[in-house]
Amino acid sequence: MKARVHVMLKNGVLDPQGEAVRHALGSLGFAGVEGVRQGKVIELDLADGTTEETVKDMCEKLLANTVIERYEIELV
Amino acid sequence: MRAAVIVFPGSNCDRDLAVAFRNAGLDVTMVWHKDTDLPSGIDMVGIPGGFSFGDYLRCGAIAANSPICQSVKAHADRGGYVFGVCNGFQVLTETKLLPGALMRNAGLKFVCKNTPLKVETTSSVFTSAYAQGQEIMIPIAHHDGNYSADADTVKLLQDEDRIAFTYGQNPNGSTADIAGILSENRRVLGMMPHPERAAEEAHGGTDGARLFAHLTEALAGA
Repeated sequence: MKARVHVMLKNGVLDPQGEAVRHALGSLGFAGVEGVRQGKVIELDLADGTTEETVKDMCEKLLANTVIERYEIELV
Repeated sequence: MRAAVIVFPGSNCDRDLAVAFRNAGLDVTMVWHKDTDLPSGIDMVGIPGGFSFGDYLRCGAIAANSPICQSVKAHADRGGYVFGVCNGFQVLTETKLLPGALMRNAGLKFVCKNTPLKVETTSSVFTSAYAQGQEIMIPIAHHDGNYSADADTVKLLQDEDRIAFTYGQNPNGSTADIAGILSENRRVLGMMPHPERAAEEAHGGTDGARLFAHLTEALAGA
């Protein structure tokens, strides 16, 4: 089985990289890009039967820094 | 007085930190990240600058979960002293020994230059040799030094006099110009600037030497 973990900066935490991407899109002529937030996707290959609870534990301990980031788990 | 300097794959200021500790009179042992225990009788743990584990995932995140860091946490919980510089500061926030997080510099660039700092508190073994409000020049060299914490945390740090150093000219977007902070018991210091790189005449500056100068006395009294 696989799990996909999406890690994003929490709302309200300034994302300088997202801002730089927004500016770059503007200079390429894409009008109306009002905000860009950049995050990461982590794909995990897991032994069958691994619970979402275990993946949550992985997120809390390592994959996300919950001081500044939030995460979503997708089991696929 | 005994110090341990932790060495991770990718640490590159470990020997500089060891030299600064030794020049201050500390007996230094280098400790590999895979070791599970600190040598006995360690008073001070130094977590050096560098790019531990290639800064993969987040700066300091993988180092913070390495075997030795459990012992460093236990050492701090027992009231031991810990000093983290640059990547070491990132490791200390990732272990939660210090609050907040260090994010990508607001200007998105790696910044490497001599920077004016203000000594915000003299109430710690690390800062007691400075004068309150003293301006010092210390080099910075980082890509992710933008200190970020919520308003309540910053207020707590201010109210408890736990901000050790602030930037004179904020180089990275840090909240409240924060360059270094102390733990609640004032025995853990994390800072992005590198005092060990301004500790001898040959470095081009000696303002960092004072941070180490009184460590043996202060630790003997602790």
